[in-house]
Amino acid sequence: MPSTQGIRKVIVASSLGTLIEWYDFYIFGSLATVIASQFFPKTNPTAALLSTLGTFAAGFIVRPFGALVFGRLGDLIGRKYTFLLTLIIMGSSTFAIGLVPNYQTIGFFAPLIVLLLRLLQGLALGGEYGGAATYVAEHAPDHKRGYYTSWIQTTATLGLFVSLGVILITRHALDQDPARSIAKFNEWGWRIPFLVSIVLVVVSIYIRLRMKESPLFEKLKSEGKTSVNPLKESFTHKYNLKIVLLTLFGATMGQGVVWYTGQFYAQSFIENACKIDFDQSRTILIWAILFATPFFVVFGGWSDKVGRKWIMIAGMLLSVLTYRFLFNQLLDAAEIKTATELANRKEVKSTITPIPRSQLSLRVAITSNYYDGGMILSETKRDTVNEQGIIKSIKPDVKISKTLGTSQYWRMVLVVFVMILYVTMVYGPIAAFLVELFPTKIRYTSMSLPYHIGNGVFGGLTPFIATLLTTIYVDNKLVGLMYPIIIVGICLVIGTFYIRNTSAKNIIE
Amino acid sequence: MNIIRRILGVAWVALGPLAVYYLIKTAAIEIAKKPVIDTKIQWIVFIVVCIPISIGLVIFGYYALKGEYDE
Repeated sequence: MPSTQGIRKVIVASSLGTLIEWYDFYIFGSLATVIASQFFPKTNPTAALLSTLGTFAAGFIVRPFGALVFGRLGDLIGRKYTFLLTLIIMGSSTFAIGLVPNYQTIGFFAPLIVLLLRLLQGLALGGEYGGAATYVAEHAPDHKRGYYTSWIQTTATLGLFVSLGVILITRHALDQDPARSIAKFNEWGWRIPFLVSIVLVVVSIYIRLRMKESPLFEKLKSEGKTSVNPLKESFTHKYNLKIVLLTLFGATMGQGVVWYTGQFYAQSFIENACKIDFDQSRTILIWAILFATPFFVVFGGWSDKVGRKWIMIAGMLLSVLTYRFLFNQLLDAAEIKTATELANRKEVKSTITPIPRSQLSLRVAITSNYYDGGMILSETKRDTVNEQGIIKSIKPDVKISKTLGTSQYWRMVLVVFVMILYVTMVYGPIAAFLVELFPTKIRYTSMSLPYHIGNGVFGGLTPFIATLLTTIYVDNKLVGLMYPIIIVGICLVIGTFYIRNTSAKNIIE
Repeated sequence: MNIIRRILGVAWVALGPLAVYYLIKTAAIEIAKKPVIDTKIQWIVFIVVCIPISIGLVIFGYYALKGEYDE
């Protein structure tokens, strides 16, 4: 086993690359609206179809497929070169997305190229996590495996944090006038977060190239005991299949859903159900992530002492019991009916911008109503008008957004922080838990698939199904929580009754 | 505890086909509501991905029922 300094290098090298991969994957999701307007115009049905494929196929099919492809490779040729390869694929795909000319310039090829690059991103992500977690775990001493692997666990959340931060900074840094800066960002500035990625990737590749292969894999290789067919051994041998299924239904399924509910659905709920404005809905998440991230390491380290199982089970139980209460708190914090309107502070701003190559103009009227406690309710109405100012739109585009006052803002940060705390409970110890279940020769393959089905499929479905439920039962804003509560509830029962509590297990075969 | 594990196995075996039935029913309703290619594609993706997972749940339940997870 390496020295403390050696293990730190291993953690930094692995975590940095994994963080960058998550960053690359999330910027596409976070910029989905801008990317859609650049590459997937709704007026073109083929482009819209490619957009749907990009959204659903990357997460649900390609990610688990990547877990199989790279998991197999990692068990055959080694962890180091496999997760180096996933980093190169992810980094170059992200950089390339930033360079692709838009639909107006090259037509149908634009969405097609972006779709292919997005699929490559999903494929690479499927191979990265298992490699990084296995690599760190195979360097760590038994009694500190939870602690050391928990650093890898911080990367997914920190990747989201960095992506949100880079997007917000870029969005406001392109011009002194905020409105112009946002317009420039939507036009070309969105490419910057993609292009920036290449610098981070090159640094990370350099660091990873200098790392040695995992000592356990090296030993196995020198003894000629590596698996000949990791896929067959992982999924057709009864003993391993049993563990793979238990891992999926008793741990990663619930963990993935808690992860997506606390971070993605919470943010989408704040923006769409609570109608909080773009910047605030993201900065609330940024603060909550910042405060909660150290707890990945706290719970990972704690799992070395008390075992992995009960910390994860406690996180799931708390989620099932309190999600409704917590999301209700978000609605309550954004409630305008209880606030008093400041009648003398109403503002109306109107701008008219001529539409090029037409006789018409776009009129944008923003009405801001101020309330006590600092809340602002803004209604943005977009109309198309002719030269005489007569409205030509059949139906104006009206959007309502709220800016929270200080106390409501921090109340929301606290609520999201609690949800991310649950994420740290289920996610902090899970890498050590997964690694300890499988033998070295098929570890990469066996742990990657249940992880990516749990996160990519069950977790990835959370925003979609939750939103679908709210469109069916329109009167109940909390109905979307049925999906996470049911899935996490099932996983909680399976985890409680079937999973054995483990810690500090010897993983050398 | 082992008895509970085995009894729950029946629930997991039943849950697999039930989930697929509910998924296909919802897909049919949603596609009928909005019969465009986008809707069809996304629901086909869900069904294609979820059927193997449901089979996995049935196998898991079967193993539990047979006492494979007993201590």
